[in-house]
Amino acid sequence: MSGFISVLTREIRLSLRGGGEVLTLVLFFVIVGAIVPFAVGPDKVLLARIAPGIVWIAAFLAMLLGLEKLFGPDRADGTLALYRLADLPLSAVVGAKVIAHWLTSALPLILASPVLALLLAMDGETFWRMVLSLLLGTPALAGFGAIGAAITVATRRGGLLAPILIAPLSVPVLIFGVGAISASGGPDQAQAAALLLAALSLMVVVLSPFAAALAVDWGED
Amino acid sequence: MTIDTTPKMTWWNRLSHPGQFVALTRPLILPLALLTGVLFAAGLWYGFFSSPPEKYMGDTVRIMYVHVPTAWLSQFVYATMAVSALGTLVWRHPMADVSMKAAAPLGAAFTAMALFTGSLWGRPTWGTFWEWDGRMTSTLVLLFIYLGIVALWRAFDDQLRAARVVAIFTLVGAVNIPIIKFSVDWWSTLHQPASVFRADGPTMPGEILTPLFVMFFAFTFLFITLQLAAMHTEVRRRRITTLERRAARGEA
Repeated sequence: MSGFISVLTREIRLSLRGGGEVLTLVLFFVIVGAIVPFAVGPDKVLLARIAPGIVWIAAFLAMLLGLEKLFGPDRADGTLALYRLADLPLSAVVGAKVIAHWLTSALPLILASPVLALLLAMDGETFWRMVLSLLLGTPALAGFGAIGAAITVATRRGGLLAPILIAPLSVPVLIFGVGAISASGGPDQAQAAALLLAALSLMVVVLSPFAAALAVDWGED
Repeated sequence: MTIDTTPKMTWWNRLSHPGQFVALTRPLILPLALLTGVLFAAGLWYGFFSSPPEKYMGDTVRIMYVHVPTAWLSQFVYATMAVSALGTLVWRHPMADVSMKAAAPLGAAFTAMALFTGSLWGRPTWGTFWEWDGRMTSTLVLLFIYLGIVALWRAFDDQLRAARVVAIFTLVGAVNIPIIKFSVDWWSTLHQPASVFRADGPTMPGEILTPLFVMFFAFTFLFITLQLAAMHTEVRRRRITTLERRAARGEA
């Protein structure tokens, strides 16, 4: 357990002291959201209608940005080889990394989401549903991201490949995530979507460390 | 008393040797190709000349004889890949990863064909090339997964290492595809109640079912033939790579 905690704290410390990485991520999230009105026009009714989709797309893209940092530097400096030999199972190390990835690249986005809600003319009720939906859904994105990063870590152009592999898998997260925000299907529909989203997240978070650890282990010689 | 522990040359063991595999399955290719050709000839003849146009859709119903078999194969090929991935991960069967690699582009091709014929069929019957209908959308996502797998194969230099990583992703995808299908159905019924496209459709008369079944088997045998041929090609490609490496080291 102490090994798990120390991997977790190491990951968090690295990304917090890495020169404003978290801030860049948040900035990216807000800018992607804020650039949409320039493309579709400043019509408030339209913006409020498509806001859930915009927020989820922005969160999805922002979480892709941090993926290369997940295993790449550790592989380059040999830490990953040590992890593979360590007493702590590799799946536990990857689990700690998934949690750290969520804490440093999803939680800041949720904290910054009020800015987007304001820019996209969301009302108060929708805003709270959006926060809930992001809280429930982003763990699944972190889990899928870990699988994608682990699978491509040993390749030459991994950074470009991981999003292509993850995006089709993330379709359910986006569907249920947006479904949990928009009230177009009635409140019970939104609640059903939120529950399905939570179920999906739980499943992905539980299973992804094992799949990702296997991929890291077998991707090396 | 001594116990004989030398491994028996069972058919399973023989199949796991690439050279033996090629030697064993090579004679199958020609009969399979001939069978496929005969089935296609019969199916196309039935489809074009011997089946009546449908009451509502007219002659466009003939697109179905290509559309339905390819759509079935788009899922069957993924099942083949998933079983091969299990073979790679559990038994480390050397031909399993060859089979997995050979199936990926074939699956992508059949899926693209199903989508293409579907949109050709959709234009005259529904009045649109593309509709965000549950089935079409999940087939499109499946195509993206296939293309991602092909790209993943190409990203590795060492094909043996690639096989294990691709196998993991194939299985992750296999777990996810039912979830994607469910979520897409949920999504499209929420936004657009099933009005244009009903799964059960009108009950089919026998004259339409016959060519459909023949074409179904024709396409399935086409896949089996192409799969075996692609596996042989892959075995030879790997042998060439090995020979080239040996030559480069000056051992040849």
